Amino acid sequence: MSDMPVSNRVRKVVEENKEVKTIFLEESMPGAIPGQFVMVWLPGTDEKPLALSCLNGEAAITVQRKGKFTDGIFRLKKGSYIGVRGPYGNGFDADACTKPCIIAGGVGIAPLAPLAEKLAKKKPVVIMGASNEGKFIFRERMEKVGKVEYATDDGSCGRKCFASDMLEGVVEKEGIDVVYGCGPELMLKRVFEICKKKRVGCQLSLERYMHCGFGVCGSCAVDGYRVCVDGPVFSSKQLEKMTEFGKFARLKYGKKVSLNEYYRWRE
Amino acid sequence: MRNPTVLASGFLGVNVEMLKRVVEEGAGAVTFKSIGPRVKSGHRNPTVLAYEWGMINAVGLPSSGYKDMEGELARMKELKAPVFVSIYGASVEEFCDVAEAVAGYKPAVIELNVSCPNTKAEGMVFGCSEKLTAEVVSAVKNVTGKVPVMPKLTPQALNIAGVAKACEEAGADAIAAINTVGPGMLINIEARKPVLDYKRGGISGPAIRPIAVRCVYEIYEAVDLPILGMGGVTEGRDAVEMMQAGASAVGIGSGVYYRGIEVFNRVCEEMKVWMSENGYKNVKELVGAAHE
Repeated sequence: MSDMPVSNRVRKVVEENKEVKTIFLEESMPGAIPGQFVMVWLPGTDEKPLALSCLNGEAAITVQRKGKFTDGIFRLKKGSYIGVRGPYGNGFDADACTKPCIIAGGVGIAPLAPLAEKLAKKKPVVIMGASNEGKFIFRERMEKVGKVEYATDDGSCGRKCFASDMLEGVVEKEGIDVVYGCGPELMLKRVFEICKKKRVGCQLSLERYMHCGFGVCGSCAVDGYRVCVDGPVFSSKQLEKMTEFGKFARLKYGKKVSLNEYYRWRE
Repeated sequence: MRNPTVLASGFLGVNVEMLKRVVEEGAGAVTFKSIGPRVKSGHRNPTVLAYEWGMINAVGLPSSGYKDMEGELARMKELKAPVFVSIYGASVEEFCDVAEAVAGYKPAVIELNVSCPNTKAEGMVFGCSEKLTAEVVSAVKNVTGKVPVMPKLTPQALNIAGVAKACEEAGADAIAAINTVGPGMLINIEARKPVLDYKRGGISGPAIRPIAVRCVYEIYEAVDLPILGMGGVTEGRDAVEMMQAGASAVGIGSGVYYRGIEVFNRVCEEMKVWMSENGYKNVKELVGAAHE
């Protein structure tokens, strides 16, 4: 067994919009499944968990520019080396559904896009939310796969509402049996509650600060679950048992804080 | 303790819920990750990695400080197994401040981390010196009342048995050995950089098992205290070996990486099978058996 960052060259860089880039890697990850992540190391900067956003014969990560680490990712060019270890985590269970709905907040679509492609035959309904039209990514990819509903804060695309506001209607109208989601945790909490009310299952991908990525350090704990190996995807049953889901997360040094404070620190 | 396996400090012990899970997975006792005097952010990633023969880490003792941990510590009674609390400080006074506060929650043992190789001020500076380690132990003993105190020793000490002896004379109730070995370093040759952001990191896992067994063997000959033996235990046979060297209980940390969080139950099962095949009825018969 070995879990060291392996040097991997960047095969190409795609600018999704001004704030988001997708980095394709030379080494594909044939065994990886949608919802899994990799630990990406930029020597001298940091190492962070990033979802695999593309898995049809190639591996990619999709990153929104936010801070020092993502600035470093944005500077990568074709041929640049980065360290990659993984894939890690459980990934989504694509067999759990007959009529799936996929709901994403912002770049939360990254791990869901390869899932949507895997589920294409089941004609998933995709709900994507963003603050405005310019923020959406993967529109073409998703429109190829199924019906896509858009929600924006300013009404510049689709309906002027949160993505989660559209979920109940979609579940009823389309006969959805499983909802797959990723995005800000407060949105996921609403998705969870709506699914509970409508008695449909959900699989939601959570995010926490991580050190090891393989289940030994405990930094990504949500109650007694480790996001890195027990997740990042959790089922309705597991989410139901969590007292911290939608409420608390831990900072790098282990302090348990409100989600708002956690997100402020993450910015 | 219902069995001799203990969740080693530094692994998973961030909150009561996670420790409950480890108890469900079979651990005979669990240890809270080292708690310090104040907020300490630890090192930048990469911090925890595994190479072919072991693990290397430089997490850097991140802690939210003992005051922030009071909520979790107050809940330790919910656990259905003895709870050890690991603490650290950069001075004798800091060790005492943390120990006194922690002792108030009556843990089964306070483990003194005098042996972390990954920080400048805390840790190994104490553990390499018989005198300094003994000073920490005796000062802490003055403020912890009836709560047993167990220093965790470093294999980097020139004479680990001597340090253990000094701890015994200073009033230690048990000895934990060993902390990680090294520090070591691994370089990513394409990046031409040490892989750990802190560059150096402590080595654990199967690679260090022979060193741990030797240390426990020597400590057993030097002191009359129970020893929590650890370093590379991943299987029942390793646990038997550690106990034959002189350990009364066996810490498991990196084993969680090699065999999953269920490692505790698995090691216990394997020990049972080995013991019945070899005519042992009680784990106590194993302790020090290699010293005959």
